[in-house]
Amino acid sequence: MRIIIVGGGKVVYHLAKNFTAKGYEVVIINKDKDYCKMLDRKTNSLAICGDGSQPEYLIQAEARKADAILALTDNDPDNLFICQLAQKEFGISQTFAVVNNPDNEEIFKSLGVETIFNTTKLISLLIEQRVEVSDVNNLLSIEEGRISISQVVLRPTSPVLGKTVRELDLPHDIVFGCVIRNENVLIPHGDTKLLEGDKVLIITLPEKQGEAFSVLSGE
Amino acid sequence: MYILVIGCGRTGSSIANLLSKEGKNVVVVDRDGEAFDRLSAEFTGFTIVGDATEIEVLKEAKLDKTDVAVITTNDDNVNAMIAQIASKLYNISKVFVRVIDPSKEVIYENTNIIQMNPTNLLVSEFKDRIIS
Repeated sequence: MRIIIVGGGKVVYHLAKNFTAKGYEVVIINKDKDYCKMLDRKTNSLAICGDGSQPEYLIQAEARKADAILALTDNDPDNLFICQLAQKEFGISQTFAVVNNPDNEEIFKSLGVETIFNTTKLISLLIEQRVEVSDVNNLLSIEEGRISISQVVLRPTSPVLGKTVRELDLPHDIVFGCVIRNENVLIPHGDTKLLEGDKVLIITLPEKQGEAFSVLSGE
Repeated sequence: MYILVIGCGRTGSSIANLLSKEGKNVVVVDRDGEAFDRLSAEFTGFTIVGDATEIEVLKEAKLDKTDVAVITTNDDNVNAMIAQIASKLYNISKVFVRVIDPSKEVIYENTNIIQMNPTNLLVSEFKDRIIS
């Protein structure tokens, strides 16, 4: 795997270390000479000093051979340009960009950027999803936070104890993934009865998560 | 005809002045309010201070009602982003963009965006006059 990263700062430095440790070939393009020297010394990546939105530096980075490009600068128009240039001119289909202005997520998507990290949205989602109840464990958020997988432990106070899955008054857009009971994993059916201490794994849309928790915990 | 000019530098302000003089409705957007000092006394259009890479600013400038967009900021990447928003997302049929670095023209392949490349224009004019 050969990855080009355009941008700088701690994130890029740690990404470079991480990726090279996994055996990926990493090329970083950054305008700052000192930063490039530091990367050269401290990571196993190749640092190119230049403007990643100019084709000549992508040529230097052998963009034609790259599998993916990450545009991680703090300037949205630059990130868009880098991804589009990589696609159009160098045929890199996997393009990742950070958007600093959350409004740009939709725009980037419509203009062909493959994967978008909307940092503002991700952080606010994480905060909103941090539910106070300790019985809830957010396991995973996938597709940039559009789907959440979480685990709820059923306490003695839970109103769903003794009820079957079919009897629950659950909002739509919630799927029971599985129930972990002691050492056993059950794939729930409509007639699976819920018991105290069950760990229920649910898959939800983030906006429905709160509703799901209140049905299961009664709070 | 409603014309939106993004960037009020030497190029943008001159175009805005000329079009306004021709009786067109012109709105000019620039990040820097002082840039509007370049507009002539005869300019009758509107000005908006704001960063045109923010969709809110473009909406305020009524991108949805724009017939022609002229994009002349001094940053090629900013121009490319705004031009594509205007052309692809708002379906404005006449989008003109100034391209400063000729190597960045490739971004406009297979689009309806009309590029103006001052360097190329100048070079070909020079060449023609030198050779003829």
